[in-house]
Amino acid sequence: MTWAEFLPLIFLAVMGLSLLAYVVLDGYDLGVGLLLPLASESQKDTMIASIGPFWDANETWLVLGVGVLLVAFPFAHGLVLQALYLPVAIMLIGLILRGVAFDFRVKAPLQFKGFWNNAFFAGSLLASSAQGWMLGSYITAFQPGPLGLAFSLGIAITLPAAYILLGAGWLIMKTDGELQLRAVFWARRVLWPMGVALVAISAATPLVNPAVVDKWFGVPEVFALLPVPLSCAIAFFAVRWVVTHPEVVKAGYGWVVFVSTVLIFVLAFFGLSYSIYPDIVIGRMTVWEAAIGTEALTVIFIGVAITLPVIIVYTVFMYRVFWGKARDLTYN
Amino acid sequence: MDALILSRIQFAANISFHILFPTITIAMCWFLLFFRLRFIKTRDPAWEEAYYFWTKVFALTFALGVVSGIVMSFQFGTNWPGFMEKTGNIAGPLLGYEVLTAFFLEASFLGIMLFGRGRVSERVHLAATFLVAFGTTMSAFWILSLNSWLQTPAGYEIVNGQFFATDWLAVVFNPSFPYRFAHKLLASALTASFLIAGLCAWQLIKGSATAGTHKAMRTALVTAALVIPVQFVAGDLHGLNTLEHQPAKVAAMEGIWETQKGAPLTLFGIPDEKAGETHYAIKIPKLASLILAHDLDAEIQGINDFKGAHPPVAPVFWSFRVMVGTGTLMMAVAWFAAWQLWRQRKQMADGKIHLPKPLLYVLAGMTFSGWVATLSGWYVTEIGRQPFMVYGLLRTSEIATDIAPPMIALTLTAYLIVYGLLLVTYIGVLKYMAENPFKHAPIPGGNAALGKAGV
Repeated sequence: MTWAEFLPLIFLAVMGLSLLAYVVLDGYDLGVGLLLPLASESQKDTMIASIGPFWDANETWLVLGVGVLLVAFPFAHGLVLQALYLPVAIMLIGLILRGVAFDFRVKAPLQFKGFWNNAFFAGSLLASSAQGWMLGSYITAFQPGPLGLAFSLGIAITLPAAYILLGAGWLIMKTDGELQLRAVFWARRVLWPMGVALVAISAATPLVNPAVVDKWFGVPEVFALLPVPLSCAIAFFAVRWVVTHPEVVKAGYGWVVFVSTVLIFVLAFFGLSYSIYPDIVIGRMTVWEAAIGTEALTVIFIGVAITLPVIIVYTVFMYRVFWGKARDLTYN
Repeated sequence: MDALILSRIQFAANISFHILFPTITIAMCWFLLFFRLRFIKTRDPAWEEAYYFWTKVFALTFALGVVSGIVMSFQFGTNWPGFMEKTGNIAGPLLGYEVLTAFFLEASFLGIMLFGRGRVSERVHLAATFLVAFGTTMSAFWILSLNSWLQTPAGYEIVNGQFFATDWLAVVFNPSFPYRFAHKLLASALTASFLIAGLCAWQLIKGSATAGTHKAMRTALVTAALVIPVQFVAGDLHGLNTLEHQPAKVAAMEGIWETQKGAPLTLFGIPDEKAGETHYAIKIPKLASLILAHDLDAEIQGINDFKGAHPPVAPVFWSFRVMVGTGTLMMAVAWFAAWQLWRQRKQMADGKIHLPKPLLYVLAGMTFSGWVATLSGWYVTEIGRQPFMVYGLLRTSEIATDIAPPMIALTLTAYLIVYGLLLVTYIGVLKYMAENPFKHAPIPGGNAALGKAGV
């Protein structure tokens, strides 16, 4: 493989990993937003305090992911985003509402706090459902028709559920006392519906996208890939074990919920990537067809190679600064 | 209406809404750094108060900038697919560098800047404030470099309708970039200054001023008075540059229809594109030639020289007058206020500002004057480069989407409703915060916890 052929693959990896980072990182704060209406007033403040320092940087991964799609694969960018025109707009309006609600809910006069709490929830719901919808229509290669529609609808419901589990896992780590107990309860409630929905989606994927069948169910692929669903199942039952045993959470193993959920996301991501590769728009455009010129890619590559490690270092630094249980933030 | 015009309105709505907030935050963060440095130097709690109050305003403004900015990154794909397909080799790296060197920096260190007090040392906290300020300025650097390249393309070649860079230095530092960058940074400084001075004036009127109010207000007024003449010089230089590279834009700004030597300056009038003349024009002989080319008899090209390749005249003509008019008003007010401060410098030993009531009302009324000037300035330059996307080379109509117009109308309506709601809330919240500053004062004794985290 030449450098010119290899370079687009690097950017595919950067884009994919950015979107994975986005889904996991913004996933937990969207999940916290989805859980907000279930909490008491003071718990709402703690919940928002637990994600306050992070959400902005989390969303920047989306900008990077879409940015790489935009700058490295402009031919796919237009195709994908035009096909997803409406869900993109819905997601953006959702992200706007919740992004401003962080500040408005505490800075506006008190009588508007309820409104902005609702806006925070509504924004989180719009954004996460729209993302699910986008993922669904992407996997079905934007085919209209009832099957594709049902599939997209399924993911539009499943992704928020997965975010809720992630958000609950985050709250179990970052809070204590009553709120932590409630987070455990929320995780327990959402676990089975999410698990069933994930299995259903995995089973339906070959139906909506027949090309996947050969990749997964050929021999020896099926054996080589067996660890993927197995690990998912182990992660799922690890979560289940923790949330059904409150004493485990008390003993300090609450992080298992979050980490296992992240593992499920990571495995699902790699499963999906494997199914699609080397297409970037399924069945229509490969990664090489979508990429811009080698020379421009090289210019960006130099920037990525220098800045991305630095970004990762200071992201880790930021998480270290805010490590431990969430304290009250002077958000107002 | 077709997809092109709807997409243009939507893009204009999104970017107009977006630019309101970076225009404030780019400069305001440097103000915050200054407040912080003054506090560390003097240990005067008034500076600390100023820092924390304006940090809250900054955080709110920044959040609005972030969320409206995310919309921008999707717009290109949803409504302007041809843009990146044709200019991707040049626009891509510039946008990429903006995300990599600016967005993450601001977003990550903003958390530490806002909430890190008590978790990091004073020095790390100061560094975080600096990095956020640096990040916002870097962001302006890259995005204005791209915008300027679209206006005055350089360092490229065209192969099969696609642009390729041949000289990256020439691309980044293209002919209009230094002027546009300076003009924008100064505009930001003025917008932030008038916002700070205006809200402080409101606090003085309402009796909700704190010790920090006086510090912030003096800083803002002195900055405004110093920056505004520089802005006029920068604007003039930018105009010369525009005349050289985009004469059609200048012709529209000035309402000059026929190419002529010793062109008069039209102060006011009603440009009529169909008739090809400006009705009821009030003109000053030869002044346009003098201002634009610094020569009384210089030849200025008229709009009629650019058949099919000039912008709509009236919006450019009017926006330009609004910008210059607002700027002039800002200069008068800033200088008058600075003169008042200078006069009472002896009485200000207590650090309190005593400006006349009418002046306070004028300042409060001009809180958002920077927005008016900034937006009208952008309308001049952006409408003024139409009908081109890449000046002289690629037309806006060639890159638009073919999405069904009703769909675009739907999303446009949704954006407008959301933006309207946010704008009203933003201004209302700023007013509320100004009137209730103690809700936002630093926690007493909070500083003692600084440095305990040992990072």
